[in-house]
Amino acid sequence: MDKNLERILPRVQKPARYTGGEYNAVMKDKGQVDTRFAFCFPDTYEIGMSNLGFRILYGVLNGMPGVWCERVFTPWPDMEEELRKNHIPLYALESGDPIGEFDIIGFSVGYEMAYTAMLNMLDLGGLPLRAEDRPGLTPLVIAGGTAMYNAEPVADFIDLALIGEGEELLPELVDLYRRAKKENWDKPRFLRAAVEIQGVYVPSLYNVSYHEDGTIAAIAPLDGAPEKVVKRVVHDMDKSYYPVKTIVPSTEIVHDRVTLEVFRGCIRGCRFCQAGYVYRPVRCRSREQLAEYAQASVRDSGYQEMTLSSLSTSDYPELVGLCDDLEAFCGKNHVNLSLPSLRADNFSMELMQRLQKGRKAGLTFAPEAGTQRLRDAINKNVTEEELTESLKTAFSGGWSSVKLYFMLGLPTETDEDVLGIAEMANHAVHTWREHASNKNRGLRLTVSTSWFVPKPFTAFQWEAQISRAEYERRVKLLREAITAKAVNYNWHDGDTSFLEAVLARGDRRLGRVLEAAFRKGARLDAWSDYFDLGRWLEAFEECGLDPAFYACRERSREEVLPWSMISCHVSDGYLWRQRELAYQSVTTPDCRTRCSGCGANIVEGGECYRG
Amino acid sequence: MYISHLDLLRTFQRVFLRQGMVLRHSQGFHPHPIISFALPLSVGQASDCEILDFEVNEDMDGAGLPEALNAFMPEGVRAVDCYVPVRPVRELARLRCRVELVYDGGVPARAAEEIRKLLLGESVVIQKRTKRKAMADIDIRPMLHSLDIQESACLLTLEAEVSAQNPGMNPALLAAAVEVHRPELSPDFVRVRRLAVLDAEGKVFR
Repeated sequence: MDKNLERILPRVQKPARYTGGEYNAVMKDKGQVDTRFAFCFPDTYEIGMSNLGFRILYGVLNGMPGVWCERVFTPWPDMEEELRKNHIPLYALESGDPIGEFDIIGFSVGYEMAYTAMLNMLDLGGLPLRAEDRPGLTPLVIAGGTAMYNAEPVADFIDLALIGEGEELLPELVDLYRRAKKENWDKPRFLRAAVEIQGVYVPSLYNVSYHEDGTIAAIAPLDGAPEKVVKRVVHDMDKSYYPVKTIVPSTEIVHDRVTLEVFRGCIRGCRFCQAGYVYRPVRCRSREQLAEYAQASVRDSGYQEMTLSSLSTSDYPELVGLCDDLEAFCGKNHVNLSLPSLRADNFSMELMQRLQKGRKAGLTFAPEAGTQRLRDAINKNVTEEELTESLKTAFSGGWSSVKLYFMLGLPTETDEDVLGIAEMANHAVHTWREHASNKNRGLRLTVSTSWFVPKPFTAFQWEAQISRAEYERRVKLLREAITAKAVNYNWHDGDTSFLEAVLARGDRRLGRVLEAAFRKGARLDAWSDYFDLGRWLEAFEECGLDPAFYACRERSREEVLPWSMISCHVSDGYLWRQRELAYQSVTTPDCRTRCSGCGANIVEGGECYRG
Repeated sequence: MYISHLDLLRTFQRVFLRQGMVLRHSQGFHPHPIISFALPLSVGQASDCEILDFEVNEDMDGAGLPEALNAFMPEGVRAVDCYVPVRPVRELARLRCRVELVYDGGVPARAAEEIRKLLLGESVVIQKRTKRKAMADIDIRPMLHSLDIQESACLLTLEAEVSAQNPGMNPALLAAAVEVHRPELSPDFVRVRRLAVLDAEGKVFR
């Protein structure tokens, strides 16, 4: 081990985050590979290692002969300080080599608040932040992940973004890179060739012009770049890679368990939900394959916890059957099965009995809004009766800890809707009194509200976020209306949600703001201990930009949105119709009930819904 | 070892499962595997000899198990031997350990002698955080049973036998004592390694 590192590690918190050497970490001989990929996760080890997408792509890339993919995470501030003080560049965990020595530096970006961590990682690697200051082909800086559906705020820093699912796209790009390296292409030539691959977005090949009022006048593709970059999807989940053999961290991470992805996409179409739109269409894994993967993963990892994961797991058609398939194996090996993302409208007795074998951790439901009118407006399609029914099932089955999630500031929300949340909480307490199987344990009911953040590629992408003052007024209104002692009310910190709203729908002029905020010390903005809105507001001021322009302004149908060069298959026209339906509180049925023609079926050549 | 005692325990639970061996579980509402380390190792210290106690459901003498387990270990952890316990862990009385004091600018003159004099003196009192988080004075001298110091250019190597339990001392306290009582001899870096576990007579514990 590096002498400096040996001395630093005993001084920092949780040093195992920085050592590598875990079970199943992929080691290759760097003399025997031609392409080295530094896979960067702009958050801590514990968060990054909990990300299934990160694990999938790590496995896919390392499955390519001649390619070695290694992991890099954001150091915690104590480690960052030591690295900087001792002039140790940010290194990859497998080889310990500085990221500047790699061919490709790839970021997995799920969340806007990670942008400054990206800049920090480049900076810690000793690399210039701006793509234009890195003229060579190597290292190529790329980014993918859900946040990259609007890559504009980081457009100045990356060479290209990958739009959509990476299992097929990323190897295609890496192969092109290998050819470019072998044939000594320069970076511009490589980038021009890369846009031929569906799903590759090269920000520098688009010229953005603005109106005087700050809105976008036009986005002009250059050098043969496509008008629309169309996302990539994996068509057949049964044939797509699943990381059965995956790294088992030696230290505890956030999701320290086998994560079994039962399906991708979501049939529901909640109008606020970006994932619900961009991951369309729904694609299920077969029950047989899931049972096989589950057993193989448990055997290989030695994990005794497993979670069935998706955007809405209780919508898996054969969920009860799958749980039955897994039962004997899980029982014998003391494996606990958990199911996040359950819907309040189909949490059944059957399902509960299957979950009951494990520990009764808390149950979480997300009704999102307090009245039927507003739930219809956002297309949540859960009724109060359904929630009551689910709670009845849970309480009589012995659960005593329930969390309910809501959003404040949804389009069309009134005070009546806010107070409806308190009413629902009171009803829940009442349901517990009537149906709890064991009242001695008491009830722990948590109501959480977040401040709604409008996101690109949703029916609400044109909406204004409500003002800070209005958000705080609604929090206060709700806080005063929740009277039951058993109810614990939590609300999200407003600073983070405000900046998230700015960055989510930002344009590329925000690059300067990001850089300024980073220079002022913005790093781990996703961590409330380290987030400071003050330095961001200063950065906006210095750059002459108004954050409210991005967060609190309603856009017109005609406005050119900063992400208009990207297509997630779901058409703008469809999203606009959904918005109009929202204002009429008219619901859209889920994809399983009836296809509503969103556009995602283009990929599947007509009927997109399967299973 | 840069992972905690609990992390290491979890790692072993998983290694057993990967190998296909089901550990005996406790009875009760939340069954847990019966597996424990005799003496938890501090984060940042190395060891040649940890004792792991575990129970299995089948009859076995442990032959071949280390090799079978090692195929499933993370880097830096290896099973060396496996046997049916013959002595209770409470008879594990001492640790043989190596504490390396690194001096980047060379070992100060007479350091070996001074440190020997300090550690083998009448008493060596240092402050230690108690379980209640308060600071308390403890004398580590009665827990130090033998000491040998070797000197090379930039390194003082202390080989010592210290009490392992009831009460035991962390070998890192030898370096701490130097820092407290002979601050001018404070090393730039300290490495600690457990070499062997011994019984009260100084014989290797098995």
